[in-house]
Amino acid sequence: MSNDVLFEIKDLEVSYGSIAALKGISLEVRKGEIVTILGANGAGKTTTMRTISQLLKAKSGSIKFKGQELTQLPAHKIVKLGVSQSPEGRKVFGILTVEENLMLGAFVKTRMNKETLKWVYQLFPRLEERRKQLAGTLSGGEQQMLAIGRSLMSDPEMLLLDEPSLGLAPILVKAIFEQIKMIANKGLTVLLVEQNAKAALKLADRGYVLDVGKIALSGTSTELLASEKIQEAYLGKKS
Amino acid sequence: MDIFLQQLANGLTIGSIFALVALGYTMVYGVMKLINFAHGDMVAASAFVGLTIYTQVMGQATSLFAVIAIFFLAAAVMACVGIMLERLAYRPLREAPRLSAVVSALGASLMIQNGIMLIWGPQMRIFPELIPQVYWDINGVVISLIQVIILALSVTLMIALYLFVEKTRMGAAIRASAIDQDAARLMGINVNKVIALIFIIGSSLGAVGGLFIGLYYRGITFNMGWQYGLYAFIAAILGGIGNIPGAMLGGMMLGLFQAFIAGYVSSTWADAFTFILLILILIVRPTGLLGERVAEKV
Repeated sequence: MSNDVLFEIKDLEVSYGSIAALKGISLEVRKGEIVTILGANGAGKTTTMRTISQLLKAKSGSIKFKGQELTQLPAHKIVKLGVSQSPEGRKVFGILTVEENLMLGAFVKTRMNKETLKWVYQLFPRLEERRKQLAGTLSGGEQQMLAIGRSLMSDPEMLLLDEPSLGLAPILVKAIFEQIKMIANKGLTVLLVEQNAKAALKLADRGYVLDVGKIALSGTSTELLASEKIQEAYLGKKS
Repeated sequence: MDIFLQQLANGLTIGSIFALVALGYTMVYGVMKLINFAHGDMVAASAFVGLTIYTQVMGQATSLFAVIAIFFLAAAVMACVGIMLERLAYRPLREAPRLSAVVSALGASLMIQNGIMLIWGPQMRIFPELIPQVYWDINGVVISLIQVIILALSVTLMIALYLFVEKTRMGAAIRASAIDQDAARLMGINVNKVIALIFIIGSSLGAVGGLFIGLYYRGITFNMGWQYGLYAFIAAILGGIGNIPGAMLGGMMLGLFQAFIAGYVSSTWADAFTFILLILILIVRPTGLLGERVAEKV
């Protein structure tokens, strides 16, 4: 693992009106890492992801990708820099076909990368089988595959995955996490938001635990898995 | 049979105009979930702009080149007005409750209507005879050159729009923005640019519709936008608002329906029957004829 920091958040504060959602969080992601952000409902995980993609504007603090400040940029410029997100709730374009969804994923490319499309279909063969089907008619798991596949189509350097396991059966969660591993093996850096702490920590190199807008804990996955606090709060084990 | 064919021809003509105008309502609604009440008045303004371009810029020339130039210039002027309308009346209210934007739309409508009255006066003006009065009598059914041009040009524009939206990259961006603006932004789509684009397209098509109204009916008044806007709005709802082929279908249907009511019942009853049709269709299909959406899983 190299030591160069690819992505860095410093003292990030975000609020909805007068309600503070993020109260100054800092984290960093090195090139090639899988880093996970864990936390309960309302901890600020999705807020963090939406702020990185500039769908929400930060109140203060900085978000840097390869040294470039993101907080001053409009949302549509973020993908072009190489940061692509598969959002919470998938947000696939339901009345468009699978293929059209994937083509929209490559919107920032002047020409769609055929190799990437082939790779996405290799990762998720179901998508190729259903490429003419409307995305809204896919099952939840297939929609999740489509959301991840779509976010890969812009050939990003860093992938933001917001709760890919949400609402999926355990067997599908396992499959999706294996596919994320394969994506990371391709050299992509992954920032993964999860409630499923155990699965996420097994996959990730490092993790941060978010608790009501603050980083409560951080460390390598092994450290976090062994931590009593984590065991109690997120893995449901009393030691 | 004669009256049927005659009203068919008339209905297709006014239907084309309704459809062109309805597209402006439906495209803006599709992306912004906003009824642009000022659209009808933009259509009216276009007829007056066309009149002024004819007298002031073209020196009352009616050559083919001059006529084409009038169409392009009027569409360009209205496209600019459309962009300004979006910037000034709608963009500042993007995050505001929807009712605020509706009130703003009604205000913009009144402003444009009164603007036309201030510039061109309250009395009826006569639109120039840009297209020669050529008529064909086919077994008792009279069809004018103007009708043929209106229908042909409208159908061409609608096919072009359909292909643009369905087949091009920017068209895909429009469709994506209509479904989910945040998701569209995550794809790298500049939603502000998409919204500006739909105002350009909608206003230009509306402008062509306004010129057609001038050509076909000749008399233009500052407040005619209300009436044509209302018909086109009904057409958009009939077809399923937000749905582009729906607006085309709704416009044609409404035009034919009004023509047949005028032909077989009485033109004074056309409005009443129009609303009866609207109510009946909304009872049977609340989302309009083509306004069916696939449920999205969450």
